[in-house]
Amino acid sequence: MDKPVKIEVKNLNFYYGKFQALQNNSLDFRINEVSALIGPSGCGKSTFLRCLNRMNDLISISRVEGNILLDGLDIYDPSVDVVMLRSRIGMVFQKPNPFPKTIFENVAYGLRVNGIKDKGLIENRVEESLKLAAIWDEVKDRMHESALGLSGGQQQRLCIARALAVEPEILLMDEPCSALDPIATQKIEELIHQLKKSFTIIIVTHNMQQAARVSDITAFFYLGELIETGETNTIFTRPKLKQTEDYITGRFG
Amino acid sequence: MTIHFQRELEKIKKRILSLGAMVEERVRMVIKALELRDADIAERIIKSDHEIDEMEVEIEEECLKILALYQPVAIDLRFLTAVIKINNDLERVADEAVNIAERVRVIAKRQRLDIPFNHSLMAEKSEYMLKKSLDAFVNMDVDVALRVCALDDEVDNMMNEAYDVVKHAIGKHPDRVSYLINLLLVSRHLERIADHATNIAEEVIYLVEGEIVRHGNYL
Repeated sequence: MDKPVKIEVKNLNFYYGKFQALQNNSLDFRINEVSALIGPSGCGKSTFLRCLNRMNDLISISRVEGNILLDGLDIYDPSVDVVMLRSRIGMVFQKPNPFPKTIFENVAYGLRVNGIKDKGLIENRVEESLKLAAIWDEVKDRMHESALGLSGGQQQRLCIARALAVEPEILLMDEPCSALDPIATQKIEELIHQLKKSFTIIIVTHNMQQAARVSDITAFFYLGELIETGETNTIFTRPKLKQTEDYITGRFG
Repeated sequence: MTIHFQRELEKIKKRILSLGAMVEERVRMVIKALELRDADIAERIIKSDHEIDEMEVEIEEECLKILALYQPVAIDLRFLTAVIKINNDLERVADEAVNIAERVRVIAKRQRLDIPFNHSLMAEKSEYMLKKSLDAFVNMDVDVALRVCALDDEVDNMMNEAYDVVKHAIGKHPDRVSYLINLLLVSRHLERIADHATNIAEEVIYLVEGEIVRHGNYL
């Protein structure tokens, strides 16, 4: 049986000034599933991802048309509190971007911003998040050292822990492994498998094998259009459209 | 990298086709040996089977190398898995040719006993299926592949007919049981060649359509 839909995107158009970056895209994301967005550079997959937690609001010339419903409620409704929205939809970026603070403070930061002052609660939540992000054992004895002293792979898992600390429902990942070595990548992929039990995950990746390994659903974008979407197994063994096949087999352009 | 990868795929296609040509030649030779009761031809087939075996191993290793290095997907992945399977089928066809050759070696030494069963017709049909299955592979032609699959039943029926004829003949010539069993085995090996040709045709359908049609689940 299909899992319930968490995010429903309907006829999404997105413009940077006059340039239309997304063309009438509709796509559902289901609870506890990993969806991978793939496509060549500039195809709109990151723009699409950033629409989902209104990150594009920060770009003044941008404009959104269409609807994105989170649990049935439109996230672009004027009454929506964007800070609240982003605490429900966490994001992990391409380059690990820890704050120049201690490991502990990095993870506690979001909680403090949300007004949580209870020390015990914060400590518990930090530990839980670090455990969920599979980095606790590596940092538990150095919680008060700078996060910048961690390796790239550790920093990325710390950023995932930071995103998880505010207990989001959805995790957006924009090429989370592109700056990591194969071992760190493997750890993050393993983590994605674990996290999908509790979260809905949407990942943008250029790494085709990664999309094939970690995701349940794959969506292929080209020139701002959602070309084909389907179960990852099907997309990577027998895609319906030639355009998809040409892209994933490297016959593009 | 892509151009290099495409070149590797082209290379593997050429190799599997030349293996196909070699195996077809073996089948043609063994049919001739059977018709002429020619033990010399049979001997040549038996002695040269190692060439096919070696080539099969080389092709498989090449496919594994490409899978590991390029991690192909979609049509490329289907192509390589099809090649691995077709490679195996072709090697088995060559083994069946050897099996027939071994029967011919025995039959040739004995006094001829004709039975009312036409081995040539069955051989012709099996050989035709093998040829057509390879044509379907070269041209990625699903229609031809489907026709090959349809022919398999005819060869199966011939096998059943051979069984009945031989059983009857054994009743009539109880002193020639060993000879007659050899004739029955020949038809059995021909039927296996047709089976492998059907497998190849099914792989072609998977390659083109992405649907697994084995076990009679034709489109």
